[in-house]
Formats: sequence, C-alpha cells, structure tokens
Amino acid sequence: MHPLLASHWWDVDLWYAVPLIIVISLVYAATRHEAMEPLLRHAARVGGWIVGLMAAVFAVLWLIELFV
Amino acid sequence: MGEDSRQVDDEPRSVDLRDPEVAAFLAWLVPGLGHLYQRRTAKAILYFVCILGTFLYGIYLGGNSRLGWGRVVYASWKPDDKRISYFGQVGAGLIALPALVQATWARHHNSSLWNGFMAPPGDRADTTLDNLQKDLNRNFELGTVYTLVAGLLNVLAIYDAWCGPVFAEAKDDDEQEDDEPKEPSGG
Repeated sequence: MHPLLASHWWDVDLWYAVPLIIVISLVYAATRHEAMEPLLRHAARVGGWIVGLMAAVFAVLWLIELFV
Repeated sequence: MGEDSRQVDDEPRSVDLRDPEVAAFLAWLVPGLGHLYQRRTAKAILYFVCILGTFLYGIYLGGNSRLGWGRVVYASWKPDDKRISYFGQVGAGLIALPALVQATWARHHNSSLWNGFMAPPGDRADTTLDNLQKDLNRNFELGTVYTLVAGLLNVLAIYDAWCGPVFAEAKDDDEQEDDEPKEPSGG
C-alpha cells in the first residue's frame, strides 16, 4: 500500500490539501465573476480540475514507483 | 471613478470600482476591505474569510504556545536563511507586518517581542531554525504553505479590486451565428 494511503483515513496528510483546494477555487472564481451563482459554479469546476490533476499526478508517480 | 462595464450573461452589467488605487491599497491592507469600500459586500466577505482564515490557520500550524505562534512568518535575509516565502506572505497585508517589526527589533536587541510571534529564528536558545523545524516537524512546512498561499491569493484579490473581475469574453453575434446549425437551403 502506498504510504499516502496506508494510515487511517482520518490520519492522511492529504486532508491538509482540502481547505487549500476550496479556498483557491473560491478566490480564483471570485476574480472571474461578480454574481454568486456563476462564481460558485466556476469554483466547483476549478476544484474538480485541481483534484483531477492531483489524482493524475498521483497515479503517474505511483506507476513510476511500481515499475521503475 | 473607475468602472468596468463589460457585459456577460447573468452577471451584473457594470462594476463600480470607485477609486481603484484606494481599493487596491485597502485590499492589500486587509483582505476584502477594498471590496467593502467598493460596496461589493459578498465578495468582501468571501475574500476576508477565505484569505484571512487560511493565513490564521497557517499561523496556528506554524507555532505553539512554547515556541511562540506564527514562527513560519518571519522576515530574514541572513546568508544561511533567506526567507523568500515572506515576499508571498506579505501579500496578505497588515497581518504579516509584525514580522518586519520583529526583524528590526531582533537586529537591534537580539531578542523578540510578544513571546516570539512572527520573530525570526534565534531569538532564544531553543528557537534556532533547526530547533523550529525539528519541534514543529511537518507543520513548519504546512504553516509556510498555508500562509504563502493566503498571501498569493490576496494578490489576485488586489487585482480584482483594482481592475474588476476578468469576465469571460462574451461571444460576438457573428460567432454565435456560426455556432448555430444552419438550415439546409433549397429543396
């Protein structure tokens, strides 16, 4: 099991990323919109992109660790 | 008076930026204050809570009651400790400025104020940079990242107060017509 996932779910360091992802998404979206509804929709999209990118980088690094 | 009047669907048609330079300065001073000055209250609250909350959590992570709080926010330009991240942290405004007071105080008195709050390392025997990193462990890096991200996010907020939101470009009418499926002609 990968060290990032090995401990209990509440003890994973990745939780520290969650508040940062939320805040970065909201602030970035706030610089693109004035009304709250499109702002929140944009923030959700940005948050999804960040999580997706992190997952992709994680998968690549995991594969490298497995096979190299 | 500055005004951003680009139009996008379901967005306000214009944003009154009042005096953009004053708003930008206030936005740097306290996250959200520039937007409050511009009467953009919802965004002021969003910036205030998000940016200041992130910075304060970083201060909490980067210290403790024994070593002093906020030990990850400090100004130092010594040959063995050039604290480049402070340039990002100071983007959060007034809340990062005690570090400058502490740096000046430390240069003249070789000690710290306020129980080491935002003081550069080495103000006491047990607060050398090595000791801080050992005692705070991963929280030294996490606190640095949180405060740094907060400072950099406030740079975006300052830009928003100065120039208004970077609205997505609305499509031209010609472009919209091109996108629509054309009716087959003739027949």
